[in-house]
Amino acid sequence: MDFLKDKAAIVGMGIYKFSKDSDLTETDMACRSIRSALDDAGLTPDGIDGIIVYAEEDYDDIDITRAMGIGNMTYYGDVRWDGGASCSMVLRAAMAVASGSANYIVVVKSVNDASLKRVKKDWGELRSWPAAQETFYNPYGLTSDDGRIGMNVRRYIHEHNINSDSFGWVTQVLRENGAKNPNSMFYEKPVSHKDYLESKIKVEPFRELDYSCPVDGSIAFIVATAEKAKRLKRRPAYIMAGAQSMVKGTQFKTSYYKSSITDLHATEIVAKTLFEKSGVTHKDIDMLQIEDEFAPLVPMQLESLGFCERGKGVDFIEGGDRISVSGELPVNTSGGSIGEGNLHGMNHIAEAVNQLRETSTSQVKDVEKILVATGVFGPTSGLILRR
Amino acid sequence: MTFKYIPGIPLVHPVVDRCNRGFWESINNHVLSIQRCQTCGLRLHPPRPMCPRCLATNMGWEPSPGRGVVHTWVNFVYDRAGYPGIKCPYAVATVELDEGVRILSNIVEMDPADVYIGMPVEAVFTDVNKELTLVHFKKRDK
Ligand SMILES: [Zn+2]
Repeated sequence: MDFLKDKAAIVGMGIYKFSKDSDLTETDMACRSIRSALDDAGLTPDGIDGIIVYAEEDYDDIDITRAMGIGNMTYYGDVRWDGGASCSMVLRAAMAVASGSANYIVVVKSVNDASLKRVKKDWGELRSWPAAQETFYNPYGLTSDDGRIGMNVRRYIHEHNINSDSFGWVTQVLRENGAKNPNSMFYEKPVSHKDYLESKIKVEPFRELDYSCPVDGSIAFIVATAEKAKRLKRRPAYIMAGAQSMVKGTQFKTSYYKSSITDLHATEIVAKTLFEKSGVTHKDIDMLQIEDEFAPLVPMQLESLGFCERGKGVDFIEGGDRISVSGELPVNTSGGSIGEGNLHGMNHIAEAVNQLRETSTSQVKDVEKILVATGVFGPTSGLILRR
Repeated sequence: MTFKYIPGIPLVHPVVDRCNRGFWESINNHVLSIQRCQTCGLRLHPPRPMCPRCLATNMGWEPSPGRGVVHTWVNFVYDRAGYPGIKCPYAVATVELDEGVRILSNIVEMDPADVYIGMPVEAVFTDVNKELTLVHFKKRDK
């Protein structure tokens, strides 16, 4: 048995509300989400002795802990690569508490993606990182994720002869879920498959309704050992397994030079690792919370995670029934990044915790095990959480 | 509908460093050069400091005829989606060169909507301004 299996749990969770303009710094939102997570867990800043933050330019572990009067830190660090980081941060926290490096670890990511990042910098400067990669992309006008990921998705459509109209079922289901979620940017605003077909092409092959929704907001978790989790007030979300993958030829959200640019090789490895380490099988998984920066990524991951055959992902999502809240394999029940708002996978983990606590706005009955996977075409991470 | 820069908006410049400058210097002379391991012969793009196959560091540069086919592409259709210094619509593509490496660039001298996977292309050089030359690709006859 894997040494980490069920040794740690998410014991607290705080969300600083999603919006188009927070009017706060990322540090400020991070602190507010951590304060909520402490309340949720019944802990105080004095109890926190570890922190893992997403590696951003605009905030760090020092600023956050100083602001909150958190001292006695015995574990700290940061992780990067968007979705490739979110589950990784929880995994690292689990390893740290299981090894005794710290007792209660805060995991936090805060973004002003909707407001500040939209402000145009000087366009003459390379505006994306990592420079070694973007220096061969940005000068050609490839400066945004729709273009970057559209390249892989176009090839996927070509290789499997897909009618891209099918991707609209993902949007319909996720917006349906988001419409029930008061934290969603699209609360009470569902869209139909027909709306999808009528939405305009922005960066071909993507229609406007393929896109996730950038937000301002922050999500924090607190991770502790399973032993300590039992003594806290909320129902723990036990971490059965966590996994990261970075394969040969990896770049960030591009990886255009691999022999296949459509196979989501890292996602396959994350799935294999998660199943091996947790000892569970596909049929034990009650729902998925997976990367949805763009709608086609959902059928692609259904294939790579092993829930259907290669090239059959669009058959799985056709009509939307099988991935809806009442379907055989519900996907992104909070709405995910398309239907709720894009917090780079932290929102997917948060929804998994809500489902296990039975506090989701699209609650599925008797949920026991959830697979979370975030990041594509680059560093990728995943978790299996259970009640 | 062909590829055009919009005057007055500076293009994003590459960060030329000690590892990749051979590529950019060669492009300035209107020659496409691809990095090649002088020990095992592996061709690489974009440039790297070390050969991932044999770990040699004696990387050299070899001129490429610049012929290949489109491996994949996107079309920046919507005028606020793309980079503002290039007139929408414009195509970004990876080209699989005959020597087996892929390179990302723009497809020029045609309507981007007509690009397709497998389209034969050849390199052309665009002097964007005094400091910057880029390699682009255009459709070629078989
Ligand atoms: Zn070599």
